[in-house]
This record gives sequence, structure tokens and C-alpha cells, in this order.
Amino acid sequence: MSDLPASGLAPAHDHAARAAAFVADDARLHWHDKAVYFVREKRDRATSMVPEWEELRSLGSRIKAHALSRLADYLEQFEKNALAAGAQVHWARDADEHNRIVHGLLAERGVKLLVKSKSMLTEECHLNPYLIERGIEVVDTDLGERIVQFRGEPPSHIVMPAIHLKKEEIGELFHEKLGTPAGLSDPTALAEAARGHLREKFLSAQAGLTGVNFAIAETGGLVVCTNEGNADLGTALPPIHIACMGVEKIIPRAQDLGVFLRLLARSATGQPITTYTSHFHGPRPGAELHIVIVDHGRSKILARPEYRGALKCIRCAACMNTCPVYRRSGGHSYGVTVPGPIGAVLAPHIDPVKHAALPFASTLCGSCSDVCPVRIDLHGQLLSWRGELARKGLVPLGKRAAAGISGFVFARTWAYRFLGKLMRMVLPKLPRALIYNRLNPWGRQRELPPLPQQSFRELWQARKAAQTRAARKL
Amino acid sequence: MNAREQILRALREAAPEPEPLPELPFRGQQFDDLPARFAAALPEVGGRCVRLASRADLEKALAAVPEYASARRVASLVPGVGRANVDLAAVADPHDLRDVDYCVLPGVLGVAESGAVWVTDHGGKNRAVAFLTQHLGLVLEASALVSNLHQAYQRIYLSPLSPLSPLSPLSPLSPLSWPGGPGFSLFLSGPSKTADIEQALVIGAHGARSCTVFLIGR
Repeated sequence: MSDLPASGLAPAHDHAARAAAFVADDARLHWHDKAVYFVREKRDRATSMVPEWEELRSLGSRIKAHALSRLADYLEQFEKNALAAGAQVHWARDADEHNRIVHGLLAERGVKLLVKSKSMLTEECHLNPYLIERGIEVVDTDLGERIVQFRGEPPSHIVMPAIHLKKEEIGELFHEKLGTPAGLSDPTALAEAARGHLREKFLSAQAGLTGVNFAIAETGGLVVCTNEGNADLGTALPPIHIACMGVEKIIPRAQDLGVFLRLLARSATGQPITTYTSHFHGPRPGAELHIVIVDHGRSKILARPEYRGALKCIRCAACMNTCPVYRRSGGHSYGVTVPGPIGAVLAPHIDPVKHAALPFASTLCGSCSDVCPVRIDLHGQLLSWRGELARKGLVPLGKRAAAGISGFVFARTWAYRFLGKLMRMVLPKLPRALIYNRLNPWGRQRELPPLPQQSFRELWQARKAAQTRAARKL
Repeated sequence: MNAREQILRALREAAPEPEPLPELPFRGQQFDDLPARFAAALPEVGGRCVRLASRADLEKALAAVPEYASARRVASLVPGVGRANVDLAAVADPHDLRDVDYCVLPGVLGVAESGAVWVTDHGGKNRAVAFLTQHLGLVLEASALVSNLHQAYQRIYLSPLSPLSPLSPLSPLSPLSWPGGPGFSLFLSGPSKTADIEQALVIGAHGARSCTVFLIGR
């Protein structure tokens, strides 16, 4: 923790240091762990109601694999059909081009207030600060996103942006920002206050922006999923709707939605389907629909066979909810827009140096891969990244040394047996200070289990010998 | 090279070997008693289902819904809603719909598995009413129920480009806003909701605070 800046906040890329700040409050850590796992359990109940769940996952994975293998063709088809339906289509190579396009559209129309529904892509592109610097008021309308926007924080979870906050903290925040009574912390009352506040914003906005869950190549339509209805209110009133999508959001056919919509909400929150699953084909009569298609590094991921599967992601966050590291370190510890296992495999593509720690924020238990609705091999990718980062020299000396020594020992039977014996003899006799010190971070919160007298191998051999003797006696 | 060409070229260069596209539709779990399953699914998503023998019972059933009975401004796209007093066709600016208390809309198709109802905006410019209204009533024929979304997408069309657009004989749709397709349509599953504050479910986030589906017929 010696590289902590003066502010006391660890740098974005130091996952362990930021996680240390999170786990310092033990009660809160366990509260967060439980709150997130509760969502995982809801997912389990919902998926167990669908007998064909595993088949659906395979179908989803295969449809996405197909779409990724023909992405350029489908994007052209989508563009043609979206134009035919009356939408306008823009292309952005990177975050900066995306932000310039969106700002240009707003500036040309003199937009002063933009209402946004959830879009991880625009978070990734840092659109909000870009627009705010240029004099446009930007209001995130998803309740969780509005809460973190008021706090000046990024979301800590892609489906539940304010999952890291307690209702009392939100009560205080709303007291300050919305004038709710001091001490009010009832979620229903707080949500009601936000409803009133955001209705005013919906009714006075000159433009609405949404993300895109699915873009249908054969019809040129967009599908946006919310539970609150904010994407619908945000686009049904103002004269312009801007929809921002990554190139990987394409699905070939409308029928594919039957598969993905059955997977998405169950995996995300345990609901059978989101409350509002809206299909946009062209603009409202008299209004405009602009679709911004963004690459921002996705074509580079597509070019990497071992990592391209991550582009199948439908952003359900099931991998976060099940991840023992995410649940115990919080979304902000990752320092990237998309946290958790999927974030940890995506971030190093953007900047392997800055995000080198993230593939290590995992126990490789594989639970993420088990719950992924499109069967992304998340823990396999995490492992691939570790190897790649090590080859690039981006793994700290301590980790490299530990891995080097383990590798040497595990590859040589004699070394393994000898060291095991030595440890069993010596360790119990060593003074505590020699075992629990700075060089053993594992021992910071843990005690070694009592060492056995014999190794498994010795036990096994003794047992076999006893059995042979018994057999001879018969 | 412009952005479009550059992106498409990069994606073509990066593309893996072609992968086959799985054949659909997938059948999935089927339910014997679709209306019973639909009526049971709705409360699970925060909605209510009122079953009626015929359309003639609608007005009486609506009157028994407290939110309808106490509503001052009522909009309806379903004929025969007695208290309707907002003429949607005459509203020039959707902002004028901000104080609608109750809105009754026709459902086109229902999904028994999830309680979702397919609603289209009928090509109109006032789709905002479905989201601005404080409370929502949907009227759906029991004969328009399917087991799951796979069947649903075989029976709805999204645009003139959909393979099913020439209104297949299976479709319960009338050519509402044809030509041009519905433009905007959605699956609605219960009232607006959020669990963004400590996972506590709150009904009535931005949109309708209640959603009652009047299911007609057996």
C-alpha cells in the first residue's frame, strides 16, 4: 500500500489496495456480500423454473458466435433496414468520436437538458463529463444511476448501480439534493421522491438517450430493456432519441429475441422478463431517431481467438453476483466501468498496463462461467490473461517469484515430497512472527490449519500396507 | 477511409471462421392451461389479472378497480370504456398527457410464462400515455395467449421487413397501423418497478404504479 496517493484513495489500477479500503469495514463487507448473493439466489430460483435452461444457454451462445463471425455483414444489413425505417445511423471508431457525434447532435438542436437511461457504453466513453463540460445538463434517470450521479461516483454494478449504498446514505443524499425530510430512509418514500424529481426532468428534456440491449439485423430495430420505464419515458416525449450501441449488440433475427430475453432478466435479477422490453423501429412520427454504432476496441477483441467470446456478453451481471471476489471487494475496487469477472477480462484489452491487476482479482473458481447465460469461458479467459500479462512482464515481482517457486516445486516430485516433510516438521516449532509477517499476506486475516502428522501419500501407503497384511492373514 | 468503412473492414479482418446459425424456433416449456398460467404469472411480476367471461363485463370490472374508480383523467384506446375523457387523437403534444390517471390499452398477445403483454403504439405519436399514466389497464383476449416468447415471436411482426409481416393466418393481429408496422411496440410485464435501494422492491418507479390485465374468455 506504499503507492497510495496523498488523497488516501488507491490508484484505479490497484485492485488489492482499493479492495483493502472496502474490506476495512467488516460489517459492511458482509452486508454487501449478502446483498449481492441474494440476487444470485433469485437467479437460481428463476432459472430452475425453466426445464430447458441449459439448452437456452447453448442456443444463446451459438447465436452470438454466429453473429460475431459475420458481424460486418449484419451491421450493414441492420443499417440498411434502420435507414429504411427512418432512423439515422452514425459510426464511431472510438469513445472520442462517439462523444463528438452525440454532442454534435445535441448542439445542433440547441439541447440544454438530456435525459439518459442506462447505457454502459456511454459510461465506458465518459460521455457525461464530455457533455457537461460543454454546457449540457445530463440527467441519468435509472434510479440507481441517479443516486451515484448525485454522489459523483461511477456505478459499482452494471445492473444495480447503487448496490454498494445503504438506504440511510441514500436518505441523506436525497435530503441534501431533493429536500426529503432528514432521516427518511424508507425505500418506497425515497423512490417516490425520485419519481417526482425525475418526472420533471422527463417532461422538460429536449432529448433522450438510451443504450441498446439488442439490435435486430433483419428488421433494423432496437430493443431496450428496463424495469422502471425510464427508457420509454425518456424517448416518448422529446423530439430526438439517440441510441448508442457497441457493434456486438447485433442479433440476426427477431426470433433470436425469444432466446435472449428469456435468458437476460432471469440471469440479471431473477425476473422472467424485464417490465418494459421496448422495440424501436424508426422514430416516433415527427421525431428523430439517431443510432450511434461504436467500435471502441471491440474489433481488436474480435481478432483475438482466446478472448473474442467475451463479446457475446449481454450485460446481465450474473458473473458479478456470484463472484466471491466481487462480492467481497465491491464494484469500485475494479476501477473500470464494467467490474467483476467480465470487466476483468475486458479491461486489459483497453490498457493492459493499467488493468494488469484485474485478472488476478479472481479465485478461478469458475462460478462466473457456470452462471453465464451465453457460456463465456470467463475463468479460462482470466487464466489466459494471467499468462499473457506475465509474458509481457506486467506481473509484480512478488507474484512472479511465488508462481516461479510453486512451478518449480510442483513439477518435481522429490522437491514436493521433501519440502512437505520439512514443513510438517519445522512449521509447528517456528515462532509466530516468523510465519505471520509482511511476507505472508495470506496470513493477514487467516490462521494456518493445524499441520497433519503425515502427508496424504504417507497415509495412503500405510493403508495399503495394512490391507496387504490383512489379506495375507486370511 | 471514413469511420464506417474502417470499422467494417476491421471487423471483417478480425472475423473468425463462419459459425452456423442455430435453427429456430425453439419449442420450450408448454403450458396446458394458458389463462391459468398467465393469471398466476402476473402477480409474480407485481401485476393483477382479472378474468372476464366476455367484453361486456369490462366496464363493470374496471369500476371495481379503485384506481380507475377514483381517476379524474382517463385515456383509452379500447372502445366501451365509459369514463374515458381524454381524446388521444386530439392531443398534439405528448407532454399534455402528464396528468392522465388511468389508461386502458389493448393487448395484442400475452405470454403465459412471464405475464408479459405485447402492446403496440398503433402508429400514433402519443405512446407516452402508456408511460405517463399513473395506472394502467390492459385488455387481452385469452385466445391470444402463448406459452413462451419463442411462440410469441412467431406470431408478432416488428416491421414490414419481418418474415411474418404479411400477417400470417396464425396471427391474432389486425393490421393496426399498416403499412409501416407498429414502429414502437413492447412487452409489458406488470407495473413499473425498481429495487435500486437496498434491493427493496418498490412498485411505481417512473411508469405505471399498477397494471391490471383484463383477460377475456376461457
